[in-house]
Order: sequence, then structure tokens, then C-alpha cells
Amino acid sequence: MAGISKTSIARKFAMALSGLFLVLFLAQHFTINFTSVVSPSTFNEISHFMGTNFVVQAILQPILILGVVFHFIMGFVLDIRNRKARSVSYAKFNGGSNSSWMSRNMIISGSVVLLFLGLHFYDFWIPELVHKYVESHPDDPTRYYNETVAKFTGDPIRTGLYALSFSFLMLHLLHGFASSFQSVGFNNMYSKALKVFTKAFAIVIPMGFVFIAIFHYFNNL
Amino acid sequence: MKLNLKIWRQEDAKDKGGFQNYKVDGIDGDMSFLEMLDVLNNTLVEEGVDPVEFDHDCREGICGSCSLQINGEPHGPDRRVTTCQLHMRKFKDGDDIVIEPFRATAFPVIKDLVIDRSAFDRIQHAGGYISVNTSGNTQDANSIPIEKDNADDSFYAATCIGCGACVAACKNASAMLFTAAKVSQFALLPQGEVEAHERVLSMVNQMDKEGFGNCTNTGACEIECPKGISLENIARLNREYLGASFSG
Repeated sequence: MAGISKTSIARKFAMALSGLFLVLFLAQHFTINFTSVVSPSTFNEISHFMGTNFVVQAILQPILILGVVFHFIMGFVLDIRNRKARSVSYAKFNGGSNSSWMSRNMIISGSVVLLFLGLHFYDFWIPELVHKYVESHPDDPTRYYNETVAKFTGDPIRTGLYALSFSFLMLHLLHGFASSFQSVGFNNMYSKALKVFTKAFAIVIPMGFVFIAIFHYFNNL
Repeated sequence: MKLNLKIWRQEDAKDKGGFQNYKVDGIDGDMSFLEMLDVLNNTLVEEGVDPVEFDHDCREGICGSCSLQINGEPHGPDRRVTTCQLHMRKFKDGDDIVIEPFRATAFPVIKDLVIDRSAFDRIQHAGGYISVNTSGNTQDANSIPIEKDNADDSFYAATCIGCGACVAACKNASAMLFTAAKVSQFALLPQGEVEAHERVLSMVNQMDKEGFGNCTNTGACEIECPKGISLENIARLNREYLGASFSG
């Protein structure tokens, strides 16, 4: 066990586990958000539960933040180390002939997602903290739907930024989700089927988020 | 056919190096890429210029000596071939061809297109063998039953010639495919099981010490490998390494 955390395989294993954890969170987040399209009252109910439940707030939320921070820091650390491994670059490097753009540019797609998280925190997380802990408003289980929809109402730029960011998340997941399984050592007869599933997930979930943002924008014109 | 070559020239490891342009004429489509370089070198020698240094030995795709990044791809645009097996019919009359050494911090340039790949030797020395005393009482190999799938996978892993194309193709200059092949060929056989844990820990440790990058599963190594070594070997290396680490 000694020194395992310093090896390249351990780093990519940790990167993969944090990525898989974030994929699970994404699926859960999408499921909740999608209820805002079909049933505002259900959305309010679930959001209120998530915003007030002790386990979610005191245990799961810190774990999630830790996972996000770890994934981004490790991503940058690995990128810096990988750049050092080729101190002199090629004059001509035809990477497109043997690998996908997504696989070669995870740092770009990841950086866009990181910038988006800043906007997302500014839009929802910080106002939530202010509402609950700074201004100490009384508990209102019906406010969540209106607050969410208000962010997109009459704001095509914000809606466009959300759509663009989730498109980059799609590119990130198109490589990252399947790659995580390879990093934890999973490559066998089920890998082809798994790749189909991961690709479908990588497209459906981010595009679903884009749909939700655009739906609320056009629904309130 | 006539070709315009842009070739990396570097006096020695300390020299900064740079590209030189050359023109070659009378190249036949049936020539190999190395034979084309031979034609160029004959001309350079006749002109009293230092010939271009490049690695080569068997010239039949077995030894793993030849390398070269040709137009941005290790071993050139063809698949499942080494540079010595790359034929000039893959190019057209008047083509511009950029020829560089394989680039990786762990593969320093010795001269021109010749690189030092001894980092691979050191990974191999770290555990890519079986410590069996073969003097006298070794068991007949056929008396040890081995599953067909395992025997096949081990054989395919053992076809790695250690040319370094995996490192050259990888955007991170990772040596995972090479190390994975060398670990896999033993991990799949009963003869290799005895030292499996020490082997994988030691070889990965050496791979990291050499300064290769981290694998990010782009798959470029598998595509560019002249022997088609599969990414499955990298997944196996990950399993073997994590298993060995957590079992103490």
C-alpha cells in the first residue's frame, strides 16, 4: 500500500472514481430538474426535501463538493504532469487520425464545465445560502419552481450559456464516462454494451439539461 | 517519384536541433520508407554532407528498432506496420513529408532521428521476467494446462516489439501500453503468477520514475501499435496493479 497514492495508476483510479461519483450525481440532478418541466409541485416538493434534509445537507453535500474539487484539481495536476512528459512538442502531430477530439481535449471541456459551475453557483447555490442563512427567511416549500424559472425568463444569454456549457459537458462525458471503467480495470465482453450506454448517457443527460433551460425560457416568453 | 522532405537534424543530445529541407528523386513505390532514406543518405554522402542518422536493424517489422514520426504519426500513415514495412506507394509524387524522432522526455534524442529508448529496458529489467532456475529440472511446458483464451491473450501481449510507437502516439507520452503488454504476457500464465504482485508494482514504479505521462485512455497507442496490442492489456495492468497494492 505504501506510496500507492503517488503512482500514475492510482491517480487515474482516483480520477475515475470521482468521475463516476459525479456522473451519479448528474443523473440524480437531472431527474429532479426534469420534474420542473412536467410537474412544478413535484419539483418544489423534491427541492424542499433536498434543501432541508439533514443527511443531504450535512453529509451528502460536503461529499459532493469534495468530489467536485478533487476531480478538478486532479484533472489539472494530471494535465501539468502529462505536458512535462513531452518537453519538446512535435512540429506535426496528427492526433485526429488515431483518437477522438474529446479524448485529447478533456482539459478544455472540463475547464468550460468548471467556469459553468461558477455561474451555476452564482445563480442558485449562493442565493440559496443567502436566503437560508444570511437573510433567514421563513421556510417556504413553494418557492423553488418560481426561483428556478426566473433565472431563464427573458434572459437568452444565460439560457445560451447553459446550453453551451452542457454541450461541453456532453463532450467531456463522451470520453470520460467510458474511460472511467477502463481506468478501474473494467474491459471485458460487456465493454461494448457499456460503451453504448455511456455514449447514450453522455448525450441524453446534458441535452436534457439544455432542453430544460430552453423549455423554461420559451415557456415564459 | 519526387518528394520534399523536412527532417529533424540534431548533432547530439545537447544540440538544440532543427529542421532541414531535402529533395529526393527517383523513389519507387515498392521501396520501404527506410530505403527512401537510404537513397537520400547516398546523395548526402556524395555531397560530403553528414547522412541522416536513424535507427534500424531487421527491416522486417520484428526487432522494434525503427521509429520515426512521419507526418505526425508514429511509423507513418499505414496501420499495423513499422517504418521499415511502410512502402512509398503510400505517398504521392511531390508530397511533403515531415520526419521527426519519437518525442518524449523519457526518450531523449541521441542524434538526428535516433532516440534513447533504454527507459523501456529499465522497465523490463524491473520485473519483466520469470525467476525460474532452468538448469536441469524444468517441467515440460506441455504438462501445464493453460486455458486457450489465456494462452492466446498472453501470446498477443508478447508480440509487443517495444518500438515505442505507443509513447510517440500518446498525447501524454504514456508508456502504459508497453508496460501493460509486458505485465500481461506473464500475468496470464501460471508460470508468471508466482511473482505477479512484485512484478506489476516494480514495473509500474519504474515506468513512473522514467517520467512517462499518465494514460488518459485516448486509444491512440492501440491504433498506432504495429502489432495491434489491445487496450484490454491496460485494463488488466490497472487490475493487477490495484489488486497487488491493496493486497499488501
